[in-house]
Amino acid sequence: MTDATIRPVTLPLTRERPFDPPEALGLWREEDPIRPLAYPDGHQGWLVTGYAAARAILADPRFSTRIDLLHTPVAQRAAQFRSTLRRPGFFLRMDPPDHTRYRRLLAGQFTVRRMRQLEPRIEEITRDHLDAMERTGAPADLVRSFALPIPSLVICELLGVPYEDREKFQRDSAVLLSLESTLEQVEAAMDDLLGYLDELVRRKRTEPVDDLLSGLAADTDLTDEELTGITTLLLIAGHETTANMLGLGTFALLRNPEQLAAVRDDPEVAEHAVEELLRYLTVIHIGPVRAALEDVEIDGRLIRAGESVTLSVAAANRDPERFPEPDLLDVTRPGGGHLSFGHGIHQCLGQQLARTEMRIAYPALLRRFPGLRLAVPAEEVPMRTDMAIYGVHRLPVTW
Amino acid sequence: MRIVADTGRCIGAGMCVLALGEVFDQSEDDGTVVLLDPEPPASKAAEVRRAVQLCPSGALSLVEPPPG
Ligand code: HEM
Ligand code: SF4
Repeated sequence: MTDATIRPVTLPLTRERPFDPPEALGLWREEDPIRPLAYPDGHQGWLVTGYAAARAILADPRFSTRIDLLHTPVAQRAAQFRSTLRRPGFFLRMDPPDHTRYRRLLAGQFTVRRMRQLEPRIEEITRDHLDAMERTGAPADLVRSFALPIPSLVICELLGVPYEDREKFQRDSAVLLSLESTLEQVEAAMDDLLGYLDELVRRKRTEPVDDLLSGLAADTDLTDEELTGITTLLLIAGHETTANMLGLGTFALLRNPEQLAAVRDDPEVAEHAVEELLRYLTVIHIGPVRAALEDVEIDGRLIRAGESVTLSVAAANRDPERFPEPDLLDVTRPGGGHLSFGHGIHQCLGQQLARTEMRIAYPALLRRFPGLRLAVPAEEVPMRTDMAIYGVHRLPVTW
Repeated sequence: MRIVADTGRCIGAGMCVLALGEVFDQSEDDGTVVLLDPEPPASKAAEVRRAVQLCPSGALSLVEPPPG
């Protein structure tokens, strides 16, 4: 074992270039796709930057996502980690068989076919937001007028959460995802959100309507607490992620005009483009994180029971052994195989929804405003290195 | 070739349906995989292998015919 000879590193978050993961991750991937990582609480764990190892570990049942077993690689995430401790319904942080039970209850609602049925409504929502942008006129902040409200409204309608209340839950989820929030702020935001959703769940029980929450309340034996947990997870996971892909993806296309033209003009390209933007931009820029349930040997490395492993899917998605010329954005690349939605049993439940939203929204935006361009120099676009989900805070555009 | 689907492992991610909708579908009930065509023609072999490879939960496997 050479473990002792390799100096443990800490996870870098600052980036040299807005669309590329921190350079150190790429260097480490070349040297050691699995290397020791010093966790801020003093834990000695691992960092995986190679594609093959990351994919293998994500699919391996000997690794757990249980929050009580995990160490976070980013000190600022400790508060968020603690706030989801033992919440009923937070199945992202559960292993089988608990995880299986929740996932089964929900997967039928997120099938490829179900998402295709939502297409006309997503097209309409997209059109409405483009109309509003046109009416208000340039310049605009694309995050506020397009990237955030579209997925936000879609997930609200699907779940049955009143969109009028968006200021409340968008504020709470921003606090929950910020790496600068204190433990008190995170707990207050979590309590506020849970309180709000708890009341909503009760209402769905007494006055059911045609939405996912009412359906779950009527057709399953889930408790109010479990339903509240599930809704919290879906609401946060369902709008910040896609919103950041739309904002950051548009920024990346604006910096690559030929690629932008291809997405705008060729409907065939749009589908590939979504997969390539997911790979190239990997908005989940910190983990996921897993903990070994037993001693596991991978590529000559011994990961001991209890050790945390940070799978840098952002680095894995740039592994030249898997993707030729990985640092090149190429929207015509035959897509697939990226780890942006994770892999294994926790692979994103909402991925077909996110794909549908992006496949509709990018071309619609570019076709409506063929002259779309940044309204500020690219260096002035504020990047979300301070958030658990990467992207742009604002994207000032004109047309 | 014959496809074997283990619905006990399937998590309903739908990657197989996206890869090859003529062969794979998902149950309306719990989202798990439904094989529309468990013994697809050899002409689809490459796409079937790709779908099996993309499946995140390891629910899909192939039984190849004995050689010759
Ligand atoms: C582009 C947008 C999205 C990205 C990049 C993304 C990414 C991810 C990733 C990487 C995971 C796995 C985390 C892990 O293994 O620890 C995940 C899980 C999850 N995502 Fe997404 N997601 C997106 C959109 C959505 C949407 C729209 C929804 C809403 C329905 C959603 C709901 C979930 C849920 C519920 C899980 C937990 C699944 C489980 O534990 O079985 N996501 N997502
Ligand atoms: S890809 Fe695998 S996990 Fe997803 S629906 Fe198909 S069989 Fe199930």
